[in-house]
Amino acid sequence: MKKHWYDYLWVLSLTYLILGFFNILFAWLGLLCFFIPLLIAIIGGNKGYCNRYCGRGQLFALVGGRFGLSRRKDVPRWLKSKAFRYGFLIFFFAMFFQMLWTTFLVFSGAQDLRQVVTLLWTFRLPWHWAYSGGVTPWVAQFAFGFYSVMLTSTVLGFLTMILFKPRSWCVYCPMGTMTQLICKARNREKTEV
Amino acid sequence: MEKTERRRRRAFVSTGDCVACGCCVKVCPLGAIAVVKGIAARVDEGRCVGCGKCAKECPATVIEIREVGA
Repeated sequence: MKKHWYDYLWVLSLTYLILGFFNILFAWLGLLCFFIPLLIAIIGGNKGYCNRYCGRGQLFALVGGRFGLSRRKDVPRWLKSKAFRYGFLIFFFAMFFQMLWTTFLVFSGAQDLRQVVTLLWTFRLPWHWAYSGGVTPWVAQFAFGFYSVMLTSTVLGFLTMILFKPRSWCVYCPMGTMTQLICKARNREKTEV
Repeated sequence: MEKTERRRRRAFVSTGDCVACGCCVKVCPLGAIAVVKGIAARVDEGRCVGCGKCAKECPATVIEIREVGA
């Protein structure tokens, strides 16, 4: 099948994770992965981001599919249930807003900058080498928080890639769930089987 | 001479469970499946030959290959 330029966006996703290891401020670029799918869904009324441009999905397809690091088993029924997908979306956003709150506390001076990356919302990994000053503390705090979100979702995606099918992350990806909800709201008519 | 009944195979999407990720679209060799309006995948009955690539790729396993009358 003919390859397009957007089939290589996995390179950007991989580069993003690597850059964040050396300089945390690159984490800000991850906001593109939030705003682009939302804008495509709100303005275009489709899931063009998931369908074409999602570098993370491509990375899972490459590693799990072509490199064979996936068991290629079906995802369990509960993982694809609406209850889990919507529940995970709510949980993910609750954690996201908690991260924003922490950023606000640093902005207001109520809390000092914490140079850690929190994996799976629990494990605090030291990450101090990736920040050497130069910006106001809240800008760095947001970067640490946002990189935590991106790394956590990548780790979860890799785990489900190994256990189930390569792009199992797409089943419960909060952005995918949210953009599908936006599309459903925008295009109320039902599709036929 | 006995006439054998020809049966076609075709992909069916469980629309309600589809996450509209578009993985099926990428692997379909005939361009017979598309994600419609970001809601769910839809199969073009005229083009689909039921090869099963989409069903194998679908991360949510919501595509099934069934036999249909000729």
